[in-house]
Amino acid sequence: MSTRREPDKGWGEFRAQMREWRAAIERVLPPWWTRAALGILLAFAIVLPFFFSVSSGFMNATIIALAYVVMSLGLNIVVGFAGLLDLGYVAFYALGAYSLGWFGSDFFFKAHVHVLVSGVASHEIGIHLNFLLILIAAAMICAVAGIIIGLPTLRLRGDYIAIVTLAFGEIIGVVAVNGQSVHVGGGMTLTAGNLGISAVDSPYFPGIGVFNELDLRPWYWLALGIVLFVLFVNVRLRDSRLGRAWVALREDEVAAVSMGIPSVRTKLTAYSMGAAFGGMSGAFFGTYFTVVNADQFQFGFSIFILAMVIIGGLGSIPGAIAGGLVLGYINYYLIPDVLNNLPSKFGLNFQVTEIEFGIYGFLLVLVMILRPQGLIPERRRRLEMTSQIGAQDAELEEPTATQTTGVAS
Amino acid sequence: MEAGSLSPRSPAIAVRPLAAIRKYIGRWGLIVALAALPIYYGVRDLTHGYQAGLVNGHPVYRHDLSHLGFNFAVGLSNGAIWALIAIGYTLVYGIIELINFAHGDVFMIGSFTAVGLWGTLGLGLATGTSGVIFGLVATLLITMVVCGSLNVLIERVAYRPLRGAPKLAPLVAAVGFSFILQNVGLLWRGGSPQSVNDLIRQGDTVFNISGVPITRGYLFALAVMIPLVFALTSFIANTRLGRAMRATAQDPEAARLMGINVNQTISLTFLLGGMLAGAAGLVYALYETNIWYFQGFEAGLIAFTAAVMGGIGNVRGAVLGGLIIGVIQALSDSRMGPQWTEAVVFGYLIMIMVLRPRGLLGEETREAG
Repeated sequence: MSTRREPDKGWGEFRAQMREWRAAIERVLPPWWTRAALGILLAFAIVLPFFFSVSSGFMNATIIALAYVVMSLGLNIVVGFAGLLDLGYVAFYALGAYSLGWFGSDFFFKAHVHVLVSGVASHEIGIHLNFLLILIAAAMICAVAGIIIGLPTLRLRGDYIAIVTLAFGEIIGVVAVNGQSVHVGGGMTLTAGNLGISAVDSPYFPGIGVFNELDLRPWYWLALGIVLFVLFVNVRLRDSRLGRAWVALREDEVAAVSMGIPSVRTKLTAYSMGAAFGGMSGAFFGTYFTVVNADQFQFGFSIFILAMVIIGGLGSIPGAIAGGLVLGYINYYLIPDVLNNLPSKFGLNFQVTEIEFGIYGFLLVLVMILRPQGLIPERRRRLEMTSQIGAQDAELEEPTATQTTGVAS
Repeated sequence: MEAGSLSPRSPAIAVRPLAAIRKYIGRWGLIVALAALPIYYGVRDLTHGYQAGLVNGHPVYRHDLSHLGFNFAVGLSNGAIWALIAIGYTLVYGIIELINFAHGDVFMIGSFTAVGLWGTLGLGLATGTSGVIFGLVATLLITMVVCGSLNVLIERVAYRPLRGAPKLAPLVAAVGFSFILQNVGLLWRGGSPQSVNDLIRQGDTVFNISGVPITRGYLFALAVMIPLVFALTSFIANTRLGRAMRATAQDPEAARLMGINVNQTISLTFLLGGMLAGAAGLVYALYETNIWYFQGFEAGLIAFTAAVMGGIGNVRGAVLGGLIIGVIQALSDSRMGPQWTEAVVFGYLIMIMVLRPRGLLGEETREAG
């Protein structure tokens, strides 16, 4: 027993040492240094595009990574704060992207609606809304969808929730693929299936430049703006009464409900909030990729976003940001540009891009086994995962009734 | 907004209808939903008729139930495969309350192993009957052992270290392993479906039951499934190890105190589940005559739906659920088009969760009490 305790003890000492150093550093710095550091980081994020050429691959990867951060922050609300494992997050990506396809292209060609758009979009057929309006519409559609998805899961156990959300995600994916054969009237269909809704509008914001493929800077600032907005909402939510209610439900539903937390409403708000952010990001992806194609909405995408949240640290906002950035860069920069030809150097006949989801799967298993609390863990979760709190809970937990008869009767 | 959303007004969604109606829906809702599809299409066939074929370029319409019977034959034999996979889900869920996401992919590896073994043994269309029978029995055994060991290995590597962790952790690890196995399959046989030699000539009709042709494929699927299920149930019911499994499923702590090696018992459960998945993989390869790396994901979800439908933790329920899901799938394939089948099956999954989360035969888990 004593030999097994040793590493823990050493680790604890190391942590204590780190704490001491950190306290020493904090004594030297003025009390407002964290705010100053955040301000400097923000300023750096804003001027970042000036250090790179207007359409470099790195800028592209950064923009996509920022959009992933929005998704990761959204999923973090559902999985991290409220503890509801959602394996169908791709549904909100799809709905958000389709909101853009429906309200920002000539897809509904019988309609003539133009709201606050300029250039070509202002006299084309179809529905053309300003991008901000589309973002709001996407958020609202997804929030409603989140509630619909949440409703059947309310009475279910944790792992059943995962399956139901997964099923919803898959149903949305199937509808997206087969939407070509669903007619909504006037010869118009619900989606364009695998052909994709192309020629979607680019955002229009006077002042920060023209949105096109040649100049990625406006896209970057738009993505950064969305991230900052979502981040602000996220932090405020976490510290609000609602955020604490989510955490309370996650930790102990029975206790939370008996303290007067309305379980149904609190869970549904978590679903709808997370979904709304996913929808906003989906709309952004739609306009950034200039196409809304049904084959983007695969189950693997849900796992990809989930991997961000889990690798970053469940329930931790900095963790979700870090996870989104890390996996975004891995997916759009490291794997296609840096590692892709690695196997061929060892004489293996495949490319890394083919097995990227295997890599994410491997990362998930690795993180779960080695560091279940994630890269930047939330304080409460870290205690639960590493110290004895969970173990005590497990000891206290009594199997309620023994009417069960086992595997087979 | 936070204050408003948490006000003590009664939640708008948790409306409580009359308790009696609710109980009634809980008891019969799922059964009605399950019966809806076959009854609707049966009545439709009888009243509107269906196109049975072309004679001299003119469609022939018939008004009988043999089309429905044909759907049932396809569905039941397909369901035999889902049943074999569903048992693996149900056993594992019964004993450690984990949705073993990687299970469907173990089944896929089973198909790949079987097809690879046929290549190694030189089993082809030219092989004689006795050679095929011997080869199939040998490959069935090897495939079962391979998949069983793979499943045990996954449990040892990914789930056992997480035994005490929150429930989310092993589930996420299982999802991760599912993706790892899928990519193994992708590298093994490429990204597109591959056709398999039709060793048993699965499309040949053996006999007819009132106009419904029963093919070799159907009989083969049932001929593998039924003995395996009987062997498994009698193993669980009668042997010492089976009793250990049941005890562990009921209460692992008490089982450990009674001298049962819990870890070993859990490994055994994974071994059995994996073996059945391997058998299902072999049957699938022969029955569908094509395989691809993504088959495991789809099959896994269908089989999990089956396990939940029958009542998770319940072996008989898994078999029943597998057969029912097979029929639903066949009906949807032939009537609505295969592109909608996935949505239909998942729609049923959600309906089960809403109407009767404990399944048709009742779940047998620790939380069920």
